[in-house]
Amino acid sequence: MCVRQRNRLHLEVAMIKFLLMVNKQGQTRLSKYYEKVDIGKRPALEADVVKGCLSRKKEQCSFVEYKDFKLVYRQYAALFIVVGISDTENELSIYELVHNFVEVLDKYFGHVSELDIMFNLDKVHIILDEMIQNGHIVETNRNRILAPLLALDKMAEAH
Amino acid sequence: MVMNISMSCSTRAMSPSVRLQEMIRVIRGARTQGEERGVIQRECAAIRAQFRQADNGTRSHNLAKLLYVHMLGYPAHFGQMECVRLIASPRYNEKRVGYLGAMMLLDEKQDASLLITNSIKNDLSHNSQYVQSLALCTLACMGSAEMCRDLAPEIDRLLRASNSYIKKKAALCAVHIVRKVPDLGELFTPAARSLLCEKNHGVLHGAVVLITELCERNPDTLEQFRKVVPELVQIMKGLVMSGYSPEHNVAGISDPFLQVRILRLLRILGRNNDTASDAMNDLLAQVATNTDSSKTAGSAVLYETVLTVMDIKSESGLRVLAVNILGRFLLNNDRNIRYISMTSLQKIVQTDHNAVQRHRGTIVDCLKDQDASVKRRALELSLALVSAVNIRSLMKELLLFLSSCPPELRAHTTSGIFNAAERYAPSQRWHIDTILHVLTTAGGDVRDETVPNLIQLITTATELHCYTVHKLYRALITDISVQSLVQVACWCIGEYGDLLLRGECEETEPVQVTEDDVLDALETVLQSHMSSPATRGFALTATMKLSTRITHNVDRIRSIVSIYGSCIDVELQQRAVEYNALFKKYDHMRAAVLERMPVIDKSSPGHTNGESAGGIKELEQTKLTQEVVLPKDPGNQVCDLLDLLGGSGEPVPSSGLSHTVPGPATSTSGGDLLDLLGGLDVSPAPPSVKVYEKNGVTLKLQTDSQTDTGMTITLTATNSTDGDITSLTLQAAVPKSVQLQMKAPSGDVIPARGLGLVTQTVLLNNPNKVSLKMRVRVCYSSQGAVCQDTVQIDSFPSPAW
Repeated sequence: MCVRQRNRLHLEVAMIKFLLMVNKQGQTRLSKYYEKVDIGKRPALEADVVKGCLSRKKEQCSFVEYKDFKLVYRQYAALFIVVGISDTENELSIYELVHNFVEVLDKYFGHVSELDIMFNLDKVHIILDEMIQNGHIVETNRNRILAPLLALDKMAEAH
Repeated sequence: MVMNISMSCSTRAMSPSVRLQEMIRVIRGARTQGEERGVIQRECAAIRAQFRQADNGTRSHNLAKLLYVHMLGYPAHFGQMECVRLIASPRYNEKRVGYLGAMMLLDEKQDASLLITNSIKNDLSHNSQYVQSLALCTLACMGSAEMCRDLAPEIDRLLRASNSYIKKKAALCAVHIVRKVPDLGELFTPAARSLLCEKNHGVLHGAVVLITELCERNPDTLEQFRKVVPELVQIMKGLVMSGYSPEHNVAGISDPFLQVRILRLLRILGRNNDTASDAMNDLLAQVATNTDSSKTAGSAVLYETVLTVMDIKSESGLRVLAVNILGRFLLNNDRNIRYISMTSLQKIVQTDHNAVQRHRGTIVDCLKDQDASVKRRALELSLALVSAVNIRSLMKELLLFLSSCPPELRAHTTSGIFNAAERYAPSQRWHIDTILHVLTTAGGDVRDETVPNLIQLITTATELHCYTVHKLYRALITDISVQSLVQVACWCIGEYGDLLLRGECEETEPVQVTEDDVLDALETVLQSHMSSPATRGFALTATMKLSTRITHNVDRIRSIVSIYGSCIDVELQQRAVEYNALFKKYDHMRAAVLERMPVIDKSSPGHTNGESAGGIKELEQTKLTQEVVLPKDPGNQVCDLLDLLGGSGEPVPSSGLSHTVPGPATSTSGGDLLDLLGGLDVSPAPPSVKVYEKNGVTLKLQTDSQTDTGMTITLTATNSTDGDITSLTLQAAVPKSVQLQMKAPSGDVIPARGLGLVTQTVLLNNPNKVSLKMRVRVCYSSQGAVCQDTVQIDSFPSPAW
């Protein structure tokens, strides 16, 4: 007796659904949503996702199947960066992207720490917006990402 | 050190950060959740008051604070109008915070979002590219269909004539517009095409994403873009073969992100199209061989390449190359890569079975991996790779795995092993041995049908009866905690106990036991608190059956049986009383009644009379009455008993009632008997829902059992026409993350005029707890015509208990 799985049409667009930075205590340090999620539902989603990632052991891989999409997470000291991606997106590529993001932050802040991110949230948002726009990668070159921000910093200093 | 950096940042920073930093410090100072809430409420009240006042230069600070508070999860909707005002401000700081606020607080449903359309329009033609980019970013994030329609021509203009910084953002903005208003795709097609000539990687990336989106939405556009395959191939070649390029280098790979995107676009263009697939064949081979896979970046590119190769019409050499890449991944130290490899192999194991078989060794080794998800994948792959050729060696590995596998995988493993054993067992003895091994190792995690299935298997292996009963006896005296094993053992001993006592066996070392030893074993089961009621029933019946197979100790059996005549367990009491009656009044019939059973036919009607009439107790009562009716010579002696129990007059086919074990299937004739046995309560069948009714064929669905992560349902087909329905097949499809297992149907012929039915059990495993839906396709032949229909099932009835 044969069983046929429904043929998943590629209307399931490959994209990033959201990006979260959460610390070990579960406090959100940064959240960016690229797909419509009801504002009321966001805290619950964040809590759930974070619980899933924080409970992973060291031997487990960085990809988690969550509901009907996937999570890619990486840990940097006390911070977890969790990216929710659609089923059809390439996990390894996003894994690299997360590291790229951290490298950019590192370059700007000089050995970035959790406090840097907390107290400069607006800048981190600017950087992120230069890298990812409505769920797709915009730019990955470090210098080009930071150029607008550095220019704006210069402008602010001048005032 | 950290504090210094923050301080230096704050002096350089734009003004909003200072006040925001103060507030953050205060919030962090709060020691309890309540204190934090208090602080935030005070801040929000202050912010609200300030919003009401006229512009005093602090608006952007306040909005920034509000956004922070929003991120922590507190309500911030009163800031929406403030966003609108700030966006319209001429100062960059204020615009920046306003747009950020719009992205976080506004969505289509808010009225305020319409108000910013004009601002966005103006800002799109601002002379500062940073302001333009703010507008683009926000439009791409939360633009409604109205706004998109309004501003699409602007975006198109930006796509053609601006600098690369703006072009790349405009491209992604166009992606959003196309998603909202698919018709506008045609507007962007020419611009997208020309963007492919750009050198800037950011723009290229955006262009590729835009083209991908356009092609996925519109098959005509897809056709058009097939012509750019050579161009894409050139770009890829450039990336792969170029030397070190510092601008885009990630771990030795030149812009892996762009490579991945292009590969995906090629996949879409090459799908189902020979010409396009041919054009990219060489390139894919080149990428596969020249990409360094030692770091994740390279592996990401290779992974995408494999996916593309498998999806387009590639030549077989290329496919083998792709599978080999996956095989290499399996040996990689990085567990992420091993996991990816497993997932991909699983997708292609059906279509490229032979290629994957070559890596069977590595896959089986992954059963020992530390990561639970890798283990699970390895298990599913191993089960998919089982064939007649490798069954013996593979089963050894699987059994080894079973002894140490994580508890959540055990049920799946056992059922997988059973299926594989059933399909490819090289001999009956091997089959029985395997099932016994599984029961000893993981008997608590097997499905209910295992016991009747095993019994059926044992009866068919007629030459092995002696061997089997010896093995089971040995297992029984070692350990009586595994119920399924004990049940089968009791049944066997009851049935073939004489072979045990004979003290000789060809296949294995015979035991030297006395009748007392055997009865001791059964009594231990009867009296043990570990035995479930069902198991005790088995043991009692087995003891009774032995009365015709042993010679000396019949009295002991008589006394056991009479003791249980006053047992508290009603089921056991019932049996004991009836067995007593068999001893006393109907002794002349005893031998005939307890005769050796005939071989059970697997797909008997006994399986199919599908209404599970409630609890096990019911089934056991039917069991007894079935046994009584069972013997082949329905001589006059038996008729008296039938009359006593008020049974149906017609002779029930022996194969139908040979299901003497309490399992989920029962016989409806049992129902009649039960009614006449003094109005016993037959609990109502679980509610069944009619899901299909056409041409006289009715398909009903009932839920047998349901847990958090799965359910078992039974589909029952009946036929009210005058002719038999033949060649009935049921196929099912479920959402992607749900696993489906269809058991063998009871048959494929539904007798006419409702005289019989066909059932099929379906097991659904839903580990991700998505909403369960199912599509069932029904095919059958009725009066010479072939009919086929599909039904969608969106909700399932609740189980009865």
